[in-house]
Amino acid sequence: MSTIAVNDQHTARATRVIQPGWVRVMHWINAVAIGLMVTSGWQIYNASPLFGFSFSSSITLGGWLAGALLWHFAAMWLLMVNGLLYLAFGLATGRFRKKLLPITPSAVIADTRAALTFKLSHDDLGRYNSVQKLLYGGIIVVGIVIVLSGLSIWKPVQLQYLTALFGGYDFARYVHFACMAAICGFLVVHVALALLVPKSLRAMIIGR
Amino acid sequence: MGRMRSLLIPGVDNKLLVKDAQKVMPDLARRRFVAGGASLGALTLLTGCNVSDSFSAEDMLIRISKFNDAVQALMFNPDALAPTFPESAITRPFPFNAYYGLDEAPRVDGKTWKLEVRGLVDNKKSWTLDELYQLPQVRQITRHVCVEGWSAIGSWTGTPLRDFLKLIGADTRARYVWFQCADKDGYNSPLDMRSALHPQTQMTFKFADEILPTAYGFPMKIRVPTKLGFKNPKYVVSMEVTNDYKGGYWEDQGYNSFSGS
Repeated sequence: MSTIAVNDQHTARATRVIQPGWVRVMHWINAVAIGLMVTSGWQIYNASPLFGFSFSSSITLGGWLAGALLWHFAAMWLLMVNGLLYLAFGLATGRFRKKLLPITPSAVIADTRAALTFKLSHDDLGRYNSVQKLLYGGIIVVGIVIVLSGLSIWKPVQLQYLTALFGGYDFARYVHFACMAAICGFLVVHVALALLVPKSLRAMIIGR
Repeated sequence: MGRMRSLLIPGVDNKLLVKDAQKVMPDLARRRFVAGGASLGALTLLTGCNVSDSFSAEDMLIRISKFNDAVQALMFNPDALAPTFPESAITRPFPFNAYYGLDEAPRVDGKTWKLEVRGLVDNKKSWTLDELYQLPQVRQITRHVCVEGWSAIGSWTGTPLRDFLKLIGADTRARYVWFQCADKDGYNSPLDMRSALHPQTQMTFKFADEILPTAYGFPMKIRVPTKLGFKNPKYVVSMEVTNDYKGGYWEDQGYNSFSGS
């Protein structure tokens, strides 16, 4: 009996799905949506820069302000609907709780140290280490804040309480920008690590 | 992120794409827009795919923009007032902003200027500036939000547009009030009726308690604090109450028509 059980377990592990279908579909829809939002957002930023620089038109989307706004306010639906479904699925299936909790500062420090000395194990892609938990949990929070600050810039009269929560219209623009910068910073690390551990990229495409 | 444009339609030469788009859309402004976006219609022409020729990314974006007009109309609460500010919050100097320099701004002669009233109204008489100055005025200190992203707080004094519409017997069931202006190239902009009837929407004659200077739209500006700046026409010469969507200077170039804030 016990050998059969062991064999079953073995087969189960070999075919175990690391990233379920809904995660993969929503991940790549989100990737497209973020790409459209960020590059059109850069073009919008260029119309009235917050800092002493503009984004090169070779990396912006929309061609000019009107085109960029059309892209931004079209892709926002993709981002918002997909994001809301992701949050609903993540909460309902318990994935967020299982994958992202608990996060303790000491574990984050220990894993960061291990990561920087290349001692961090990636044997089990189904389990996130503390640095991953922090980054993936953190980027979800950033995603929520960038959508809310964006809404507050879009509708400073109709959603004026939300705008006030972000410190008023002008300050909300800085919040929106800071979230974009955080997402871009996350992307650099995220993409670099996916390329360093290609089986994680495979898991996000075919599930295993 | 790399070169977004080549990523959007892999394998399609950008120059060819733009060249093709220019043929389909000769209008200069639209060309500027298409050059940066990507035309799926151009893709189908180049590859010979049997996808509807009229489908393009631009068509899709325009369609979504119209959908966003409807969403914004749903979000619009006619009783929600734009936040008001104390005198000390006023931005000085308040920026002049247009598609031309201040030296090209229209110089309207207040003595001969008349506001023309057309469309679905009982009384189509034109109004002189002196007659308009006789109407009761109110003052507001509100935030002007530009589509470009910047904002500035100003003080505007004038007659609530809804009072004037009532006075001239306008059919307030009509869909739009359409404004035409004295700007070069003929600025115009449609305002949906619910926004026109908003208590803070104003026929503005004064900025910071002084007669409106040329920079801010003498002799009359329409101040709509629930809309982006370009929906606040300056140098207004006529208003028309209408059920037809007559387009607008920036709206026709791809800017979202509702553009509520």
